[in-house]
Amino acid sequence: MQNKSKSGIGAFFGRLVRQQYFIPLTALVLLALFNLIADPAFFKISITTNSAGNRVLAGTPITILDYGSELAILAIGMTLVTAASKGQDISVGAAVAIAGSFILRMLCGGDSSSSTLHMPIICAFLLGCVVAMLFGAFNGILVAFFKIQPMIATLILYTAGRSIAAWFNNNELPIIKDATFSYIGGFIPGVPIPTPFFIAVICVVVITLVLKFTNLRLYTEAVGINENSARLNGLNPAAIKILSFVILGLCVAVVGLIKVSRVSSINYSVIAKDIEMDAILAVALGGNSLSGGKFNMATSIMGAYIIQFLTQTLYKYKVPSEALPAYKAVVVILLVVMSAPTVREYLSNLVKKAKVKEAA
Amino acid sequence: MKKKLALLLVAGMTMASVVGCGGGSDAAVTSSDAATTDDAAATDDAAAATDDAAAATDDAAAADDAAAADDTAASGALIKVGIINNDPNESGYRTANDADLKATFCEANGYDASFAYSLKNEEQINAAQQFIQDGVDYLLLSAADTSGWDSVLQDAQANGVRVILFDRTIDADPSLYEASIVSDMRAEGDKAVDWLKSQNLDEYNIIHIQGVMGSAAQIGRSDALTETAASEGWNIIVSQTANWNAEEAQQIVQSVIDSGESFNVIYAENDNMAQGAVAALDAAGITHGVDGDVKILGFDTNKFALEELLAGNWNYDGQCNPFQSSYIDNIIKTLESGGTVEEKTIIMDEMGFDAETITQEDVDTYGI
Repeated sequence: MQNKSKSGIGAFFGRLVRQQYFIPLTALVLLALFNLIADPAFFKISITTNSAGNRVLAGTPITILDYGSELAILAIGMTLVTAASKGQDISVGAAVAIAGSFILRMLCGGDSSSSTLHMPIICAFLLGCVVAMLFGAFNGILVAFFKIQPMIATLILYTAGRSIAAWFNNNELPIIKDATFSYIGGFIPGVPIPTPFFIAVICVVVITLVLKFTNLRLYTEAVGINENSARLNGLNPAAIKILSFVILGLCVAVVGLIKVSRVSSINYSVIAKDIEMDAILAVALGGNSLSGGKFNMATSIMGAYIIQFLTQTLYKYKVPSEALPAYKAVVVILLVVMSAPTVREYLSNLVKKAKVKEAA
Repeated sequence: MKKKLALLLVAGMTMASVVGCGGGSDAAVTSSDAATTDDAAATDDAAAATDDAAAATDDAAAADDAAAADDTAASGALIKVGIINNDPNESGYRTANDADLKATFCEANGYDASFAYSLKNEEQINAAQQFIQDGVDYLLLSAADTSGWDSVLQDAQANGVRVILFDRTIDADPSLYEASIVSDMRAEGDKAVDWLKSQNLDEYNIIHIQGVMGSAAQIGRSDALTETAASEGWNIIVSQTANWNAEEAQQIVQSVIDSGESFNVIYAENDNMAQGAVAALDAAGITHGVDGDVKILGFDTNKFALEELLAGNWNYDGQCNPFQSSYIDNIIKTLESGGTVEEKTIIMDEMGFDAETITQEDVDTYGI
């Protein structure tokens, strides 16, 4: 009887290890446990009053939800691009700069320190979406029609993007003084939860509905697994790939809006710097194959918040600046090695062997 | 259909790029406008910088100026200069610096200037070799990296090209260049720290937000703070790099607020990071500036930063003077007229602004 229950646990762990949720969940639990043991105050949430006079929630978990949301939104688009094109878009940071700069240009109408908005925020945002989607389509066309490897194709925008962003505003640093604009990256009066988190939730709900009620998932995975057989089955692989880049462009525009709203300004050379690497890492952390095919959106989004969790933990323990990338690298190596299919195969074999031993 | 769609998209992109180029030329026009005011500021600066000893050489230079101008007028030959700089998009400082150089080294002033931009040392070295082959008279250099310049500067010397460094120094034998016009980042830091000391706060609990680790500005400004903090017994509660980035600075300050530690000074090594830090304070309802709980220090005198000072939201901003072109111009004129440069390293005069004494005039003159 006792044996049986043990093997039940063994089978449970065996199944768990094979689950795609296993790696991100383990990472999350380990990080949470570490922080809980080291300093439970890490999880303290309190209510404070911000300078606009709103009562808002504050505390590290809120900060993680706040700043991790941008990465989560990008992870949605990056997952689709990875699945369809078997490669990654490394121009995301530069594209965020373009979208952010364009939105600011529309809002301030060329006047670098304008105190009134020249058009409603929603109009500027929609125009920003169009621009970001056009640049996404540009990447997509290079990948789909010219068959350039995604990393090489997006290298073009990666190199040129920040200069293009600077062009939009004549290389000036526009500042928006309108208070409503800062709600997007901050708090809406009367709502104690950071707005970026709501935006991320909306994006997640939208993509979940799209994946549930359209054939996007099926088509994307089919193209990613075998382009030729997808074509023979009547799909248009080029269109699907371009579509994935355009969706990423939309995500980029949303993130661009949040980023420029946070400080109501922009710095072309450093805004969203290296965010593409974090977005790719989020996809990898989610246990998704970086060589395309089947994907799991939920784990990618979890991956994004875990990266922010890690960053916040490192800040919390005041890891010296010089050592910060090294610490991050060690954790990343561990997580990525753990999520490699060969390692997971090995782990589940270990569990199986233990089961066999118990049975004997 | 597919082809048509693709064609349409390509056409769309071309249009976008044409529009982009249009924007670019606009930028050129406005930057030259900005440059004129910059130029005025630069001459002001130069005037302010002249102490007695320098005044004499300046006069001499001015006299030489006239002579040199006559020379060029007579021969009609332009002085060929090759200018290697960092990418103007890097920061507001660099944009102002580039506009200042462009305004000074133009044909009207007797120069035939070519520009090369890169943030990468190897690309800059390639550009330098190109300029030497083109037979420029002067090579003006703001190096991305301090090392690796020896052989190319020896080439320059062998080919009779004279080298003047601006903004950044390099690890090379001083005989390889004529002069070096730099900002003393350590002095900028010391000035800010002295100001902080003069505030006589009851206690100093400082959040120190650093720039990109290893850059000259970061090292100079960080050392000034850490050494004084050690000798004065100030408490630096966190010292973290935000890579000159506003959002990273915001996160760092946010994490300190979350941890519940109290602080009353934020020492950010540039204006963007100070801006991010202030955004975090606003979100948490912590007051800052002249009448606030937290003192805010920034660097680089961006226009938006000086406006924050004027409004009393920040407390101090240190200048990092981007207007080197008038200094370089003087040196070239001296050399052209057969004179010698007495001081190899010229340190530019830089100021610090206090929120309680800053005027609108300062904002207009020194804001970049």
